[in-house]
Amino acid sequence: MITILDYGVGNLYAFLTTFKRLNIPVRTASTLEDLADVSKLILPGVGSFDHAMQCFNDSGMRTRVEQLVLGQKIPVLGICVGMQMLGSSSDEGILPGLNWIPGRVISFSENPATASLPSPHMGWNDVDFEVGSVLKDRESELAPRFYFLHSYYFDAKDKSHVAATADYGFRFDAALCNGNIYGVQFHPEKSHSWGSQLLKNFAEL
Amino acid sequence: MLRPRIVPCLLISSGGLVKTRGFKSPKYVGDPINAVKIFNEKQVDELIVLDIDATVTGVEPNYGLIGKMAQECRMPLCYGGGITESSQAFRIMQSGVEKVALGASAILKPDLLAEISAGAGSQSVVAVLDVRKRKGIFSKGYQAYTHNGKIPRDGNPLEIAVNFQRAGAGEILVNSIDNDGEMTGYDLELARLIAKEVSVPTTFLGGAGSIDHMIDLVSACGTVGVSAGSFFVFKGKYRAVLINYLSREQRDKITLSARQL
Repeated sequence: MITILDYGVGNLYAFLTTFKRLNIPVRTASTLEDLADVSKLILPGVGSFDHAMQCFNDSGMRTRVEQLVLGQKIPVLGICVGMQMLGSSSDEGILPGLNWIPGRVISFSENPATASLPSPHMGWNDVDFEVGSVLKDRESELAPRFYFLHSYYFDAKDKSHVAATADYGFRFDAALCNGNIYGVQFHPEKSHSWGSQLLKNFAEL
Repeated sequence: MLRPRIVPCLLISSGGLVKTRGFKSPKYVGDPINAVKIFNEKQVDELIVLDIDATVTGVEPNYGLIGKMAQECRMPLCYGGGITESSQAFRIMQSGVEKVALGASAILKPDLLAEISAGAGSQSVVAVLDVRKRKGIFSKGYQAYTHNGKIPRDGNPLEIAVNFQRAGAGEILVNSIDNDGEMTGYDLELARLIAKEVSVPTTFLGGAGSIDHMIDLVSACGTVGVSAGSFFVFKGKYRAVLINYLSREQRDKITLSARQL
């Protein structure tokens, strides 16, 4: 079953209600025992990078999750700080990331292109998916837009891992894909039909 | 391109939704959960819910109602009213709310902004600034207020806004008491001043009565938060209660009018 990792960071209600509306069964996992019979994983995350990494490291689930993702190639979707955790490091903290998708997480305030813009990058922004991205809504003719709320952005080392970009003074990596590992910087669980379509696409992978 | 956030602001009093005028005479406009459902259907950008009783009467936030709204809400939700401790803010966010708003507490306990932003990230902390134009013959500028516009606060509102940001607020919500419920347009002078001075996102509330007013705001200030109460709950000159939102075309028009920074 699709399993949402509950490691004490981020609220899971929005995911649960979105999947319920889509009639897709999901459950949450907060202990190692909960990680039996997993078909897909969702790694949510809000707040600071180190806090999220620390909570995940302390959750007792990390080793098993790494077996599932790296060994068994179970699809995983990191969301917001959950996507940033997929990277190698973050300028927001000192703890190492999971390094599932090589890349560094950088502050918008460090980038001259965004220096004059408000930070955090907050609100609805258009997202341009790479051709053939499985997360993209193939039915809709409208440009997809999603809700963002973040002060740091992911800079993928290998740009072939970039599944979508968005523009905030410059084009930053808004979604990632490295094999079975996916990440989105925005909040699909709070992005109306665009977001629920993306979660549906992930569920149907 | 980042779009201006167009955000209905709902006021809660005695468990129901109300709309005020000049922060006074609350008029009952309906049931909060029902309003959230309607706004879901209309795919609104974000929702702000402020409990206008909590601080004044000194009661705890109504966690039951907040949780119910959060679980119903399919867009980002900001809750404000009666938060005086960080534990209350964390409890509210645990129930599914994205952002907490602090008004009186942001002024009276600036450490609280830092405490909440350390625990949840500054992106989840909104500081609310209620302001009124000074009207004396010898006084100029603006004055900040708390407790539903009843208690004046010392200091230049601009400096207060900058202090909020320094203390850890990730967004400043500026509410014009004079224009509340008037539907005659935003206080653009105030909006310009604040948007220029702070570097976190700002949201302006008070006075919107038409799409043109919203266009005026973003033409003056760029891609800011465009919030409204009366405009999204009333229709027509007799103010019949009808929860409404903008069409996609109207929203695009506002986006295209935003002054590019």
